[in-house]
Amino acid sequence: MARADAIVADALEKRYGSVHALAGVTFSVRAGEVFGLLGPNGAGKSTTVRVLTTLTRPDAGRAFVAGHDVVREAIRVRRSIGYVPQESGVDREATGRENLMLQGRIQGVPRDELRRRVDELLDLVGIADAADRVVRGYSGGMKRRLDIALGLVHRPSVLFLDEPTTGLDPEARAAMWVEVERLAEQERLTILLTTHYLEEADRLAERVAIVSRGEIVVEGPPEELKRGLRGEAVTVELADGQGEAAAAIVGGLDGASETTVDGRLLRTRVPNGAQAVPAILSALEGRGVHVESVTTHRPSLDDVYLHYTGREFASEDVAVPDGASAAS
Amino acid sequence: MRVAAHTWWMVGRQLRNLMREPIWIALLLIQPMIWLLLYGQLFSRVPALRGGASSYIEFLLPGIVVMNAFFGGTWAGMAMITDLDRHVVDRFLATPVSRLSIVLSQVVRTGLIALIQAIIILLVGLALGVRVHGGVAGVAVLLVAAALVSMVFSGVSHGIALLVRREATMIAASNFVGLPLMFLSTILITQRVMPHWMQELARFNPVNWGVRAARDAVVYGRNWDGVGLDLLLLVAATAVTAGFATWTFRAYQRTL
Repeated sequence: MARADAIVADALEKRYGSVHALAGVTFSVRAGEVFGLLGPNGAGKSTTVRVLTTLTRPDAGRAFVAGHDVVREAIRVRRSIGYVPQESGVDREATGRENLMLQGRIQGVPRDELRRRVDELLDLVGIADAADRVVRGYSGGMKRRLDIALGLVHRPSVLFLDEPTTGLDPEARAAMWVEVERLAEQERLTILLTTHYLEEADRLAERVAIVSRGEIVVEGPPEELKRGLRGEAVTVELADGQGEAAAAIVGGLDGASETTVDGRLLRTRVPNGAQAVPAILSALEGRGVHVESVTTHRPSLDDVYLHYTGREFASEDVAVPDGASAAS
Repeated sequence: MRVAAHTWWMVGRQLRNLMREPIWIALLLIQPMIWLLLYGQLFSRVPALRGGASSYIEFLLPGIVVMNAFFGGTWAGMAMITDLDRHVVDRFLATPVSRLSIVLSQVVRTGLIALIQAIIILLVGLALGVRVHGGVAGVAVLLVAAALVSMVFSGVSHGIALLVRREATMIAASNFVGLPLMFLSTILITQRVMPHWMQELARFNPVNWGVRAARDAVVYGRNWDGVGLDLLLLVAATAVTAGFATWTFRAYQRTL
């Protein structure tokens, strides 16, 4: 964990009243890397980003961004980073260009250079045609692009993208993914991305860290994490409430591991799906347990999440209760 | 230097946005005229109120200028609530922008608008036959008093806005402060016809410092020492309330 890494978080802790939003978050991101913080709402992703962008101070632990201490050298950190917040922070009553010009001046970009940079960015994120229109009339996707341009105006070395595609429709989301990949390439950026979309982390991040309840439970390249689970996941949909019995039967089969039941869904993990399915079916039907359907799939990040936290990703990703939004 | 530059850029942003609202510009121009004409008519038949001025509207003009500035100030914090709600403030906080400029720019913006409105009211008043007995100095005092009164209450308003962070609470708080202070001043009537206890309270009311200075300078062209003292008091009060707003901004930052 060298200070030379683009981002270093070392045992960060943060409390909001009785909520322990961060309970010792540690990770590091190498320069030029796209790193994903993956977790359900309320897991501590945004709080981590708020600490790293100097918006809030950690209660304990230390962090360095672009080589600067986020508490003691906050101004240097702010000059080195671009921050694209979860909720759009654009000034809706101003035009896209005005938003960018003000942001650039605050960041100390010299005037002539700023004009050129703003034109370049408007092109880069594809809103040049709308540059002199008031933002109030922009679509959600256009606003998001402007948010990203605002974060890039001063050529930062590290970009924080907090839930960049939340609230976008699937089409705009796919377009944004292409955009982020291109930016990482063209602007030679280190990107820290938070998301609660598993596909997004899978697609964009070279490495991901799974965050759950204020802690990082596992970290690594998505492929490696999935490979680490070995074997394939089998999901059996049962006809009626015989889950417990079915779990006992399947769990007793050779090679089956991590067998769980959730309502009518039984999940297990086997070395080879094609070979295991007939055995599972005959064992169940032989004891009078009726099966509606069986599916197998190679491990996904969903399975990685389940494996390391013992909880279903989707079941965790529920609406955040009132008052906990600051900790989300 | 950095604070001044950042403040100026932020003021530019706010004024540009306001100028895009045609309805807002119309209200900005028309509202003070309505005050002047409405109150001017309402109280013109009661000679005791106008304290030696040649007409009630002449007596009223400095009062309306200051009242308008005062109201503008008490409501100024709404802009901060909008910026907070829209996450504009959070975006700025992740940049090296001077923290002080985020608050100061709002206060300066309030003062500039009060100044523009004061000029408009003055022009309308002149058209209605008001004479400025204090000359150029009188006009200058009127404008400065308007800007200062609005900035004093803009500071208070932003402090409240940053503490409550909700529009509904903000409206209730502004009304709670606004109306009593207006009636505890000589905006509408001369001091001699006020009940004694109100005269005593009015001495501590910054709105009244502004009205007193503006009226002495414009209507009577006299008591310049008193005028200077009132303006100094307003400068001090602006510093105090802007300090209060800055302090509440730090408190907001700690909640992030």
